[in-house]
Amino acid sequence: MIVADRKKIPEIRDLIQSHRRVLLVGCGTCVTVCLAGGEREVGILGSALRMSLRLAGHADTVVDECTIERQCEDAFIDILAPRVSEYDAVCSLGCGAGVQALAERFPQTPVYPGLNTQFMGILESQGVWTEKCAGCGNCRLGEFVGICPLTRCAKRLLNGPCGGSQDGVCEVNPDLECGWQLISDRARNLGVTDKLNEIAPPHDWSTGLDGGPRRVVREDQCIAGLGPKA
Amino acid sequence: MDDEPLILAFCCHYCAYAAADLAGSMRLQYPGNVRVLRLPCTGKLEVNYLLAAFERGVDGVIVAGCLEGGCHFLEGNLRARRRVERARQFLAEIGLEPERLEMFNLSSAEGPRFAEIVTTMVARIKQLGRSPLRPDASHLEQGIQDMSQQAETLLAGDRR
Repeated sequence: MIVADRKKIPEIRDLIQSHRRVLLVGCGTCVTVCLAGGEREVGILGSALRMSLRLAGHADTVVDECTIERQCEDAFIDILAPRVSEYDAVCSLGCGAGVQALAERFPQTPVYPGLNTQFMGILESQGVWTEKCAGCGNCRLGEFVGICPLTRCAKRLLNGPCGGSQDGVCEVNPDLECGWQLISDRARNLGVTDKLNEIAPPHDWSTGLDGGPRRVVREDQCIAGLGPKA
Repeated sequence: MDDEPLILAFCCHYCAYAAADLAGSMRLQYPGNVRVLRLPCTGKLEVNYLLAAFERGVDGVIVAGCLEGGCHFLEGNLRARRRVERARQFLAEIGLEPERLEMFNLSSAEGPRFAEIVTTMVARIKQLGRSPLRPDASHLEQGIQDMSQQAETLLAGDRR
C-alpha cells in the first residue's frame, strides 16, 4: 500500500488560511490503513486546524470534513462533487495521487495536500511501516530471492553486499538491516546461493520515473474507438 | 464563574469515576472547576475527544485511568497514555500549552488522590490562564454537556 504521514498543523494552516471555506477530504483506502488520512485522522486534523486558525486570527474560516472511499478514482470522486462546489478550497488527506485526482476533477478549486506521501510499503509491526518497492517498472525480485536490493540496500547495489555490512546491519544507519544480508540469508534457506554467484547486469532505469509520468495501457480494456485517452 | 478555569475530567468507570464518588462521600473539599465525564475505560479515549474538548474552549483536561497494570481491560490505560502524548503534540502545534492536558493514574479507593489531582490541575491552569479559545460561559457549559451525553451514550452501548 501507499504509506504517508501527516504534515504539521502550522504548515497546513498556512496553506489554507487565505480561504473562507475549506473542505478536508479523507481517503478510505491506503492512507486509512496507515493511519494518516482516514475518517478519524480527518476529524483530528479538522479540530486541530479550526483551533489553530482561530488562534492565528482566522476565526471566520470554516473547516468541514468528509471522507470518500477512494480519492484516486473518478467514480468515487463523483460523490464529492456537489459538496466541493460549496467550498473555496479543498485540503486532501489522500496520497499524492489522490490530491492530483481531486485537482484534475475540480479545475476551479484550489486543492492542497494534508499529507506527505512517503512510499510503497507494508506494515512491519504495529505503528511501523517500511518501504518495500521503489516502483522502478522493471521488477527483478525473481533474481534476488524476493527481496529488492534497489529498495532494501541503502546503496542500491545489485551485486552486494558491500564492505559496510557488519553483523547484518548497514553502515548507513545502525537501525537499518543490510538488504544483502537478508538476500544471502534467504538464498541460503532456500538452497539457491549459487544463484547469487551470477553477476547481475545494471538496472534498466528507462522504465523508471526519469522519463516523466509513466502509463500502463491495456488496449483490451480501453473503450473501443476512443483509445487510451478516453 | 467566568473568571474561573473550567476543567474536563475524562474518568474511567472502574477507578477515577468511583474515586470522584468516594471523594464526595468523604466530604472532601476540592475546587468546583471540574466537570467529570465518565468513560467505560480510558482506552475508549481517542485523540479527537481530547481535541474536541479544547475546541469547545475548556481550559484544561484531566484523563484519569486505573493504576498501570490494573486496567479492567488489561491495557486500556496504557493506550490512553500514548494517545494523551499524541494529543499533547497536537496542542503544541496548534499553539496551546500541552500542560493543559495531563493523564493521571489512581485506584477507585483513592478519593483523596482525586481531590489532589483536581486541586493540582486547577492551580496549574490558573497559572497558565484561560484558554484563548474559550467562548462565553453558557456556550462552554453546553459544549461540555453535549460531550457528556455522547460519552453516556457510549457507556450505554458498552453495557448492552
